[in-house]
Amino acid sequence: MSRTIYPRESLSGDPPYLHADYASTRKRSPSKPLVIIPHTLSELTGPVYGHETVQEGDNDLTRQHLGEPLGERIVVTGRVLDEDGRPVPNTLIELWQANAAGRYIHVRDQHPAPLDPNFTGAGRVVTDSEGRYRFTSIKPGAYPWRNHPNAWRPAHIHFSLFGPSFLTRLVTQMYFPGDPLFPFDPIFNSIADERARNRLIARFDIETTEPEWALGYQFDFVLRGRNATPLEDPHDD
Amino acid sequence: MTEARRYGVQPGNPDGVTPSQTVGPFFAYVLTPHEYGTREIFSKDIVTPDAVGHPIRIEGYVIDGDGEPIIDAMLEIWQADGDGRYAGAAPQHGANTAFKGFGRSDVDSNGFFAFRTVKPGQVPGPDGTTQAPHINVGVFARGLLKRLFTRIYFQGEPANATDPILALVPKERRHTLIAARRSRGDDTVYTFNIRLQGEDETVFFEA
Repeated sequence: MSRTIYPRESLSGDPPYLHADYASTRKRSPSKPLVIIPHTLSELTGPVYGHETVQEGDNDLTRQHLGEPLGERIVVTGRVLDEDGRPVPNTLIELWQANAAGRYIHVRDQHPAPLDPNFTGAGRVVTDSEGRYRFTSIKPGAYPWRNHPNAWRPAHIHFSLFGPSFLTRLVTQMYFPGDPLFPFDPIFNSIADERARNRLIARFDIETTEPEWALGYQFDFVLRGRNATPLEDPHDD
Repeated sequence: MTEARRYGVQPGNPDGVTPSQTVGPFFAYVLTPHEYGTREIFSKDIVTPDAVGHPIRIEGYVIDGDGEPIIDAMLEIWQADGDGRYAGAAPQHGANTAFKGFGRSDVDSNGFFAFRTVKPGQVPGPDGTTQAPHINVGVFARGLLKRLFTRIYFQGEPANATDPILALVPKERRHTLIAARRSRGDDTVYTFNIRLQGEDETVFFEA
């Protein structure tokens, strides 16, 4: 028997709320200090959404339409772990991305790049008993935005994860190795610590790459949570 | 038993928590896809027929530092039922109804949101205390590099006076956490505006 604890120091890699280079943070970041509170039942519990939430095909973004999307086919796989490296099983991952031309289907995306009738860019997957997930997609394109003159986002996939409690909730973005846009992207660089920043870059993996089919990437998510010193429990083996 | 055997796999060796990034402006077609006609797994109406508690609506606007409504935010709520039980929690605190206590909503083109839920009961607090009825809220949006965390408390609730979390909030800012109650027809409506920055800025927590 043991319980999970959530040290606040573990969040030191997170970006600040105000990162002036990312213009949208200027009027949306709190100006007053956050109030630090203890972890009560309300924070230590969380919603449970598992296998019942996904349907066959939700994890293959290349087969959601009549035809196949254009672009470089990819497989992304890895594990969801806690800070001690223990798997987080049966947890929901939601993901969304631009198409190969760098265009989202979202109604407010105005980038004059083509939509792909065979690509929505939305997926869901639930981790298995070992915390593993896997999905198939196409590599998203870079796209321009209006943050500053000639601003382009590096190629990325958005992810939303739950984990076991309110405190483990994570929304983040996964990037691709070697992207020349990294030095210019204020969202990626909002994370001050280079090591923490690099944790958002997937690893190309030839073993995951499927011959004659798709390039493979490995990406592990690490959610908040450590095992506290195990409690004495005679039934624990 | 070793950790590897316990979990049936070799544990990873992570070098730190995966950092947060903004949800961005284009999340709706998967996270809140009601306008896209695709399957939705979360809802802003979380009342189930068997839910314990008084049905309420919670409405408000999400507002930026210029006082302008934010039209691309997403809110998530997490709460106990009317008896103070969290879905999925340890047996002594868990509920056995279909009420999951979790809701998600986007905001409309005016920055307006509305949840339908039940008023939560009291739940245990730290050191043997009891917390006043409250709902945990997560705020996500373009420009928010990580989730903002606040709480909704309820106007007219005597337990607010002894709530151990409200007690940590400077007195002059507590009102930003207390939703105002009114009746509209048969509905009980609580208004809770979320001001990200500036005058009457909502209190946000770090936990």
